[in-house]
Amino acid sequence: MATVASSPPYSAAAAKAPSGVWDWITTVDHKKIGQLYLYTAIFFFIWGGIEAAIICAQLAKPNMNLVSAEMYNQLFTMHGTTMVFLAIMPLSAAFFNYLIPLQIGARDVAFPRLNAFSYWVYLFGGIFISLPILFQVAPNGGWFGYAPLTTAPYSPEINIDFWVLGLQILGVASLAAAVNFITTIINLRAPGMTLMRMPIFTWMSFVVQFLIVLAFPVITIALFFLMFDRVFGTTFFLVSAGGDPLLWQHLFWIFGHPEVYILILPAFGLVSEVLPTMSRKPLFGYPVMVYSGILIGFLGFGVWAHHMFSVGMGPVADTVFSMTTMLIAIPTGVKIFNWIFTMWGGQIRFTSAMLFAIGLIALFTIGGISGIMHSSAPADLQQTDSYFVVAHFHYVLFGGAIMGIYAGTYHYFPKMTGRFMNETMGKWHFWTNFIGMNVTFFPMHFSGLLGMPRRIYTYDGGQGWDTFNLLASIGTAILICSTLIFLVNFIRSRKHGAVAPANPWDGASLEWSIPSPPPEYNFAELPQVTSRYPLWDLNHPEMTEGVDHSSADAAQVEAAHATPMHIETETRTAKELGIPMPVNTAKPVVAAFLLVAMLSGLLFYKNGSMTIALTLMVGGALAFAGTMYAWLYAPLEEEH
Amino acid sequence: MSHYTTTGLDNRKIALWTFIGSECMLFGSLISTYLVYKGRSLVGPFPHQPWTDPATGQTYPAILDIPITTASAFVLLMSSVAMVLAYEAVKHRHDPKVTFWDKVFGNSKLWLSVTIILGAGFLGFQSFEFTAFYHEGLTLQRNLFGSSFFLLTGFHGAHVTLGVLWLMSLLATDIKRGLGPKDAGTVDLAALYWHFVDVVWILIFTLVYLIE
Amino acid sequence: MAHDHAHDHGHGEAAHGKPKTTLYLITAVVLTIITAVEVWIFFIPAIKESAAFIPILLVLSAIKFAAVVMLYMHLKFDSKLFTQLFVGPLIIAGGTMIALLALFGQLSK
Repeated sequence: MATVASSPPYSAAAAKAPSGVWDWITTVDHKKIGQLYLYTAIFFFIWGGIEAAIICAQLAKPNMNLVSAEMYNQLFTMHGTTMVFLAIMPLSAAFFNYLIPLQIGARDVAFPRLNAFSYWVYLFGGIFISLPILFQVAPNGGWFGYAPLTTAPYSPEINIDFWVLGLQILGVASLAAAVNFITTIINLRAPGMTLMRMPIFTWMSFVVQFLIVLAFPVITIALFFLMFDRVFGTTFFLVSAGGDPLLWQHLFWIFGHPEVYILILPAFGLVSEVLPTMSRKPLFGYPVMVYSGILIGFLGFGVWAHHMFSVGMGPVADTVFSMTTMLIAIPTGVKIFNWIFTMWGGQIRFTSAMLFAIGLIALFTIGGISGIMHSSAPADLQQTDSYFVVAHFHYVLFGGAIMGIYAGTYHYFPKMTGRFMNETMGKWHFWTNFIGMNVTFFPMHFSGLLGMPRRIYTYDGGQGWDTFNLLASIGTAILICSTLIFLVNFIRSRKHGAVAPANPWDGASLEWSIPSPPPEYNFAELPQVTSRYPLWDLNHPEMTEGVDHSSADAAQVEAAHATPMHIETETRTAKELGIPMPVNTAKPVVAAFLLVAMLSGLLFYKNGSMTIALTLMVGGALAFAGTMYAWLYAPLEEEH
Repeated sequence: MSHYTTTGLDNRKIALWTFIGSECMLFGSLISTYLVYKGRSLVGPFPHQPWTDPATGQTYPAILDIPITTASAFVLLMSSVAMVLAYEAVKHRHDPKVTFWDKVFGNSKLWLSVTIILGAGFLGFQSFEFTAFYHEGLTLQRNLFGSSFFLLTGFHGAHVTLGVLWLMSLLATDIKRGLGPKDAGTVDLAALYWHFVDVVWILIFTLVYLIE
Repeated sequence: MAHDHAHDHGHGEAAHGKPKTTLYLITAVVLTIITAVEVWIFFIPAIKESAAFIPILLVLSAIKFAAVVMLYMHLKFDSKLFTQLFVGPLIIAGGTMIALLALFGQLSK
């Protein structure tokens, strides 16, 4: 008795929506903001990729002179900073923004204007921290900025100041978004959507937001200490005053380790959406997937000093952190098995999204194995600061996070745009990516164990590293081609891809019950959720027979079959339906701009240009306060 | 304008408690740094011991003044009391006020003003303290104690300042149009923030001032 | 037409009871007394130099902390969600602080 109406492509509501530049600048719609994040993050991914390409070209052969040592330092610093803060985190944010409200049956996030603010702060902060390299004054102290190298005596120039301020700005964006999504997930779930009925992507994202809330304040303080040392002469990292550079390392990694889980969990979530859909089977062990995600988040705060095994913390500390690091491998490994068991016995469709999802499982496992090798403090003494570590984190971040994000992109592109990405190009993309990635990074395990240190701008030949470096550079060339294939596919498909229906993959969760692309209000009627797989209970009850339905669930599922779940086919506008929508507003973008202007005043202060500094800092602060005041007193929605 | 929520709770309150969670880590890092560097300054002045500079012969007193700080801690604590009375007054604005004490406790403008005055009083104490310390030779740059102490208490003072400004804008609204039960949620946000800032000082007072 | 349901009877907020003025004032007196005790034992060398001084202070501050959080911030009377949102981060912050103190050798006296 289920009626699954196929929605017309490009629902009338979307076609009528204004789409000028001003609309995008003043939008507070989570779907538009998600797309802004996606395009911007892809741009920065390419930017960071170019930085990597130059690094690889420089290292292709011994004693090359493509770039100077100083430029090389800027390149690897910015490559890391760009990829972590401007590419992977915002790519995840693109999916948080686009998907979370749709998956929980909400019309938008809890604080739409704050949402827009987070994006604009990211954009302006990203520009702030990325422009300097064009003038050869980019941050050059590594993405982790160890003191005392980054303190004034050793880095008096402006480079590190860009890094400190840039990261503070970006931190504001992430923290604001985290508060927003936590509130959204707690408080805007549709009726019947209990926490244990949420899609796994939303669950992993929920854990990630808490990691952000807890980890970012620590780096905020560390950056304040560094900034005060550099600009005001405090002594936090001044050895001659008794300061301990290790304080920086500890504070940074207390943030930095949860940060890497922030980078990977969203990709895990995306894979957990793609795999069951493409295997036509419910996710194996849903509760375990949830609890392991929570456990990873919690334990992630107890492992940070495994980045510091070589600093001399003593055997007790080394042992404790070794053990906690080994412990955290358990919930992580559990997920790998659950994904495999999800596929086992399923009717697998090898779409591009599925290939990337399977790719993540394979490559993240390899990265996890090198990770376990790191967890042993004695073994790590050989591996740390060598290319072995570079291999490890590229396997988990490129083979892991990026592949998961690619999977999510192919999977959700139809929902966002109403068109499919080209599958043939997708498969070319996958295979060149898979091969290129392995050719680039696998050799680094060897060069690392043979002693090649990190962060060297060149090396003498004949140490046993030459072939491996050459291979890495060849792999990079393959990756460049691969990324080009993706970009062409991504750009072309928006206008020329095959038209996609509401539920092109026969998915189970709420986002597939609305048109592709969705109308501005998402759901004309808030859905009544009676199960973890609402659409499968409706369309393929045999698939969810084995799923643990509580007796309450079962009764509700029965009732649901009697009254079919509402499939959204509404194409009228919000106005016609009487749904109050938030109004577009420029306050978020203005506030974001003023925030960045205010903080950049510090650069001039340090420089000695007091007039400019005070104008920017004081004037900026006042204007910012005024904008916030106006923002807080303006109603979110049209008065009616 | 009421909207559907899963829990029946106010979005803003959930957001504020989440923010308070992040502040636990913020102040936790600041307090940790202070405690990690405790006793490690190579030169004085020191918090609890006087010190003579062997190089110059100059003597520095023990910097922290417990009696004065006790007074300021008490002032901040009482401001929390005033805040909670202000909140109750707003919530119960429309309750009939029979006795004199009903009227006193039910006057939200009074209690908001008292909170602001006490909060500003605390800031006054802090300014006085910082200036005195400065003149006694404790600067930001002098030693680990100076750097970690001023940053910790400075961050706290900045939070108090923002709180005072927030409360002043609430008072302005109360004067302009009156705050009633429908504003209770909004006032509660400011109150929770204010109490948290007070609670942080409870920790700082013990860990920095009372423990040597 | 829109089928939203209005579900925001704030538990505890709009609910009308008597104001808890007496409770708050009694708490204020208790907080004052505890503060006074903390400062008083600071000035008694016998206690201040004993091994019990720091534990006593920590316990007294913890009581003040709990009183303000549970009563003034009414965690005790509100939805459990808020307690969870606060206690989780508090545990992580506390644990991290203790770990840092241990790592820097400040816990071995």
